[in-house]
Amino acid sequence: MVRNLLIAALVVAVVGTGYWGYREHQEKNAILIHAENNYQRAFHDLAYQIDLLHDKLGATLAMNSHASLSPALAEVWKIASEAHSDVGQLPLSLLPFNKTQEFLSKIGEFSYRTAVRDLEKEPLTKEEYKTLEALYKSAGAIRQELRNVQHLVLENNLRWMDVELALATNDEKGDNIIIDGLKAVEKNVDTFSSSSEFGPSFIGLANEEKGFVRAKGRPISKAEAKRIAREFLGLKGTENIKVTDSGNGADERFYSLTIHDPKTKGDIYMDVTKNGGYPIWALNSRPIGKPKISLHEAANRGMAFLRRHQFTGFELYDSTQYDNVAVLTFVKSEDGIRIYPEAIQMKVALDNGHVVGFTARDYLSSSIPRPLPKPTLTVEAAKKKLNPHLKVMEERQAVIMNDLQKPVLCYEFLGTLGDETYQLFINAATGLEEKVEKLESVEPNYR
Amino acid sequence: MARKWVLFIALAVWTCIYPSGHAFAFSPQVIQRGAVGDDVIELQARLQYLGFYNGKIDGVFGWRTYWALRNFQYEYGLPVDGLAGSETKRKLVNASKYYEQFVKEQIRQGNDFTHYGGIPLSQQVKKRGSSAGSVRAAKTTASNVPKGFSQNDIRLMANAVYGEARGEPYIGQVAVAAVILNRLEHPSFPDTVAGVIFQPGAFTAVADGQIWLTPNETAKKAVLDAINGWDPTGGAIYYFNPATATSAWIWSRPQIKRIGNHIFCK
Repeated sequence: MVRNLLIAALVVAVVGTGYWGYREHQEKNAILIHAENNYQRAFHDLAYQIDLLHDKLGATLAMNSHASLSPALAEVWKIASEAHSDVGQLPLSLLPFNKTQEFLSKIGEFSYRTAVRDLEKEPLTKEEYKTLEALYKSAGAIRQELRNVQHLVLENNLRWMDVELALATNDEKGDNIIIDGLKAVEKNVDTFSSSSEFGPSFIGLANEEKGFVRAKGRPISKAEAKRIAREFLGLKGTENIKVTDSGNGADERFYSLTIHDPKTKGDIYMDVTKNGGYPIWALNSRPIGKPKISLHEAANRGMAFLRRHQFTGFELYDSTQYDNVAVLTFVKSEDGIRIYPEAIQMKVALDNGHVVGFTARDYLSSSIPRPLPKPTLTVEAAKKKLNPHLKVMEERQAVIMNDLQKPVLCYEFLGTLGDETYQLFINAATGLEEKVEKLESVEPNYR
Repeated sequence: MARKWVLFIALAVWTCIYPSGHAFAFSPQVIQRGAVGDDVIELQARLQYLGFYNGKIDGVFGWRTYWALRNFQYEYGLPVDGLAGSETKRKLVNASKYYEQFVKEQIRQGNDFTHYGGIPLSQQVKKRGSSAGSVRAAKTTASNVPKGFSQNDIRLMANAVYGEARGEPYIGQVAVAAVILNRLEHPSFPDTVAGVIFQPGAFTAVADGQIWLTPNETAKKAVLDAINGWDPTGGAIYYFNPATATSAWIWSRPQIKRIGNHIFCK
């Protein structure tokens, strides 16, 4: 009797465990399939978008009327952006696939710029047609490769989960068709983008690394870097300072300093350029107490700090209080003209008013040619270019970097429309509306 | 006679301390755009009392408060500088009333309210039905956010930074946040915060779920510093831990510098 009961209980347990295991297995499979399907969608979508991109680029080549060219280029822009987003959803971050993504983003940029331009007044140049042709050709090559990979994926029921696994475990021997196929795509793009077929108008779009053009002077030693840090940060001299060299991937050589004071909690970090010993940035990680001084006072102290360290001709552009620190942005101002690319950000602790952060990266790498140009437009003429509903509150001259990363002299207007505040820049030579931004810095708290 | 003198002196002292019969509630600080706190709540409430300010009384000195203050300064013959200094504050206090208890009470209860002069206060409150009972501190109801980022974006980045680098020194956490931002700008990576963070295989903390740990204040501060312009990495878009990195490819990237346990590279 007891034996029978025991057997029955055991049978129930075994069946129960089996059922539970089966359910677990089913659930795991369902999740795996779900993840796999996400990858598959992104991949097949990418293949389709590239196909479409190739077609549309081809169509733009044959177009003559500006009325049809602009919308077609806008469509190319949209397709490129969707393909770019598809690539971002594939598990490719461990695979060198950046050239393809960069290529897509460049197509997008090129087509956007030409699409928004008034092609009636400023038709596509010969170079731009050349670029377009080159883009068409390389899009065709990518399309061919991708369609090939797609065929293999469908034919052999290949799974992206295996790609992910192969990449994560760095499995070299198992030749993965997808990985090989995508490597071929990447290689294709690489040969295209490194060749000069794209022309100068395309190269200009590349992110140019300017480096610290302002950091001139002879190279300094580590000891000098320490001295500069002591002076700049107002150290006592008892701190322990560690200096390291930058690696060879850095655009511009610099020293990194870690300043440890056993008496205070939190270290100070600082980078100094090797040439000339200019402070690039500094950050103090000490805990900050309850605010005792106002934002206004903090801004004054920040300005005094700048003056003390020979940063002259700066004016406060923006100030923001985050709990117990003030974040300040100063910009260079010459004869009332604000030069926005030459900005310095600072952090001032509101407990004792000391500077706890400084960064002059923008200032050091900005190369606005001087003397500044004179405006050819009057401020009244510039004002006429504004939206008539806008109520202008402030106006001044300013230099900004435009869409093409060129410095331009503008009339800057601050105005309100309804409840919102806007910052508008009108080119002081051409009257072009270079930039319009809604200024919004306050967000209600959610609860 | 002596009694009369005492009375007179007392009166004189009284008028000196309370120049217009109003309690002077503002702290002596000069209030400028970007400030937060009680002084800003009072400033907004007083400007609203006079009809200059129609926005929410949230304790954050934003653009709407700024234009309201400038309009007030213009109308009252003050230098128009958008700074609430002693003279501006004095004129403002003389011209307006501030029902501090009412304002603080409404903020505590999370009600929608206004503070206009000439309308009974009881008519200026809209009670929040659903979230009644959730009482909060009588402080600001909004926050300053860096341009282009919401509080939730910052939180999401803080999650990623905490999951990836909570054992790192502070500067190492700023550096990880800076890499996320550098990727946003880079053509080889997605263009959104979520796109960069959730790119499959990009961050180990995302892959193994550590991103969903609750981030601490340090991680949030690190993110804020990175967004506000501090990039300790010198423009890096990759980083790896040399002790655990398995990919040969990542070692081939040009290295910029080492911070804590991470090597940052191009």
